[in-house]
Amino acid sequence: MTLTVSGLVMVFPILYAFLISFMQGGEVLQGSLWPETFSLANYVSAFERVPLLTYLWNSLLVSVLIMAGQLILCSLAAFAFVFTEFKGREWIFYLFISTMMIPWEATMVPNFQTVQSLGWLNSYAGLTIPFFAMAFGTFLLRQQFKTIPKELYEASQIAGISKLRFFTGVVLPVAKTTITTLAIYSFLTAWNMYLWPLLVTNNEANRTVQIGLKQMQTQEIASDWGVVMAGVVMVILPTLILLFAGQKRLQEGLTQGALK
Amino acid sequence: MRKVELKGITKSYDGKQDVLKAIDVTVEPGEFFVLVGPSGCGKSTMLRMIAGLESITSGELALDGKRANALTPSERDLSMVFQNYALYPHLSVEQNITFGLHVKKVSKREQKERCKEVCGMLGLTDYMKRKPRELSGGQRQRVALARAVVTQAPLCLMDEPLSNLDAKLRAKMRSEIRQLQRKLGLTMIYVTHDQTEAMTMADRMMILSDGDVQQIGRPLDVYNNPANTFVASFIGSPPMNLIDAEMKDSVLVADGHWMTPVTAAMKQKIGSGRVTLGVRPEHISLAKDSEPGFLVQVANVEVLGTETLVTFDFGEATQWIAKWPGQSSVQPGEQIRICVDDRHLALFSAEKGERIVCEAAPVKKVSL
Amino acid sequence: MTTMQHEFTADRQVERKRAWSNWATGMLFLLPSLLLFGVFLFYPMVRTVYLSLFLTDSQGVPIVFVGWENFLNLFQSTSFQISAKATALFVLYTVPAGIVLATALAILANQKLRGIGLFRTMFSATMGMSVAASSVIWMFLFNPSIGLFNRILAALNISGVQWLLDPQYALLSVSIATIWMNTGFAFLILLGGLQNIDQSLYESARIAGVSESCKLRKITLPMLSPTLFFVTTVSLINAFQTFGQIDLLTKGGPMESTNVIVYSIYKDAFINYNVGSASAQAVLLFVTVLVVTVLQFKIGERKVHYQ
Ligand SMILES: Nc1ncnc2c1ncn2[C@@H]1O[C@H](COP(=O)(O)OP(=O)(O)O)[C@@H](O)[C@H]1O
Ligand SMILES: [Mg+2]
Repeated sequence: MTLTVSGLVMVFPILYAFLISFMQGGEVLQGSLWPETFSLANYVSAFERVPLLTYLWNSLLVSVLIMAGQLILCSLAAFAFVFTEFKGREWIFYLFISTMMIPWEATMVPNFQTVQSLGWLNSYAGLTIPFFAMAFGTFLLRQQFKTIPKELYEASQIAGISKLRFFTGVVLPVAKTTITTLAIYSFLTAWNMYLWPLLVTNNEANRTVQIGLKQMQTQEIASDWGVVMAGVVMVILPTLILLFAGQKRLQEGLTQGALK
Repeated sequence: MRKVELKGITKSYDGKQDVLKAIDVTVEPGEFFVLVGPSGCGKSTMLRMIAGLESITSGELALDGKRANALTPSERDLSMVFQNYALYPHLSVEQNITFGLHVKKVSKREQKERCKEVCGMLGLTDYMKRKPRELSGGQRQRVALARAVVTQAPLCLMDEPLSNLDAKLRAKMRSEIRQLQRKLGLTMIYVTHDQTEAMTMADRMMILSDGDVQQIGRPLDVYNNPANTFVASFIGSPPMNLIDAEMKDSVLVADGHWMTPVTAAMKQKIGSGRVTLGVRPEHISLAKDSEPGFLVQVANVEVLGTETLVTFDFGEATQWIAKWPGQSSVQPGEQIRICVDDRHLALFSAEKGERIVCEAAPVKKVSL
Repeated sequence: MTTMQHEFTADRQVERKRAWSNWATGMLFLLPSLLLFGVFLFYPMVRTVYLSLFLTDSQGVPIVFVGWENFLNLFQSTSFQISAKATALFVLYTVPAGIVLATALAILANQKLRGIGLFRTMFSATMGMSVAASSVIWMFLFNPSIGLFNRILAALNISGVQWLLDPQYALLSVSIATIWMNTGFAFLILLGGLQNIDQSLYESARIAGVSESCKLRKITLPMLSPTLFFVTTVSLINAFQTFGQIDLLTKGGPMESTNVIVYSIYKDAFINYNVGSASAQAVLLFVTVLVVTVLQFKIGERKVHYQ
């Protein structure tokens, strides 16, 4: 009973957004909870009034790029921490830990200047590359790689398999589940990014869908809540589906990363 | 076939304490050489140094007469079987066996052929498409063996390969590994903490304790002539019975009441003072009426079918075990009269536990 | 003897070469991450500290070195004091309540019932919601004339509240929305933590006949403490970094009542072009987060029971 009530309260705002997106203007103003007919008119009009398709495409591209970049960089770094031994490794590891102490927002001004001077404003490079390195992801994968028996590495050393081949041929496939978890997490976070895209994009060609929502909300269509909610639904649908598909895995993976 | 020479090999992990101390040994081509000792004595360390997985602190390692200290593991052309098998969990049996063969420039076709051959040899033909987790412990073990064999490396190293199997399977695999090694003419260096494995498999064995070599030799030589009390109590099951004894006039007195006379030659070797006396369980028997013997109280009896183990109190703090053929009807608590075959007495110096070698056996038996 | 020495040095050379190549491979694997951390985290952090000591032009180019002046100005400005207070209040409103809520939900959802998966999905749903989308939805809920909250109040015959427009309520309103947004993530991790608790602890408690509330106090919460600790740390850091919902819901207003620190930095740097002041605030943010995390770890170390 408590379960049901709290569940409904938690999802109500989301559900409500879905319902409003199907309502006609009058219904919204009357404050109905259920649309009389499920009309797609708001969606049509949302796509007409703002270049939603472009935004969605941009967001998808940016998220996939960030996800790929993070997976590659994090797994490379985690591999180095677990399977290579050299002077200064510990030191670099502490350097990685220290990055978690720096709030990214505290560095946004010089970062903006850097991206600007690189000519990366309004570009996919500017939107994605600054986020490729991620300490959390590196730790998560390092935890996972450490569970791989070191004999596996030694066996491949005796067979004469190169480090790179051991990485791609053994470590990555063995850590597949954790990598998928990280991929989901990366994608979710990247898709939902707000502040940075707001700073580095100012034209419609490169804007992501989150900034598109801000645009919708500040334009005159803001009073047309049905259309705005149709936009909201388009924004949250991909991540909600991803979350529902990967919820269990995400939970296990994040817990693993959280505890030690 | 391959000759492995260790000359004064020492290992230290922390630069202070030596885990292995000046190991000198030569493993002959085609030999089945077993490294045995209690856990933590440095067996794995030594094996891993031969494999190149661990650096050599000092000394020289030579393979076929050539210095190999600085070679990478793959340059040493050897194969290794790990205790946990180290199978790649995401690869099928077949892929596990052939993984890495490409490095040795083996063509795809030959890889297939070799894989088929070793799978046939090890009875894995029906499982080639399975993943390691779909195999039983014994089957995994075979895959690990197959992976070592398929490389056709002349030297094979094994680190406690059977310790994850149940007793029955272990006995079976012992014999299989031995046969495989003979058939392929491999030089084998085999690490185990189990003296039965060492005794049954080895051409020669080396007993290690705390990083020190205790004895190197053929199993029976080691069994019959243990170099010191450590080897005496480590090799053989149940182990050799040991007790402190004192030289009084020309008799050895153990525990104040058991005496055995010694020859002049022996006496000279022993000098005066204390020694440790050792007797294998099978050299203690029930005294026949005519024989001199002494009375002991039986503490426990284990009847194993073909033999019986009798534990009895010997003196204040010592318990000895006797091993008799057949099924004895001795009961715990009973007083029995036993006699020790003193032709097989072993003597060790009291301080260092080193064996005192005596050629001639004592002349006659006197007891109590 | 000489040949042996010779061989020995040859070995050492090979070993040194190998150590070097190990170092090179290791660094090669780490280089991309190190490079990006350097360019987009360490360098800008240093640069921020540097800029905070200067007066800058509208492009953010430092012109005059002013030392601590930016900081002194900040401490004297009422605007910054309001901003600091808003940030502190915001953290206070959102973090404890958010964690209590998420823990309660996690405990609820950790029961073994049929269809519990559906509830877990419902509780974690906000994890998939972007700040922008959530803010738009809450904007509607808070709408004074057609929003749900005022309609409920009206139905109870209570006059409506100007949720986001009243300086008295704005920060609270944003906080409520934020708690909702952050629940999904905290819930998911806490649920994971609960599921990691060894079931045999509960079984032995049941055999001993311990009451439910005692089980909660004596088993669940202590065993959950490492997870709670992690969630608290992350929530704290996140709360200090809040931006999106402020930008969309209130723009820092009304009367700067929701002008939390990151929003204030953003406004100073990108709207008022006062980069020096923005950098000084960024430095303060950094120091605050650092102090809070260190304190958190100091306290956490004593309170947390690791298994
Ligand atoms: N990587 C290592 N670092 C430090 N000490 C080690 C390492 N590996 C083993 N040792 C130590 O060396 C000794 C021998 O270990 P090992 O060769 O594994 O013994 P065994 O295989 O005979 O059981 C042990 O005391 C162990 O603690
Ligand atoms: Mg070992």
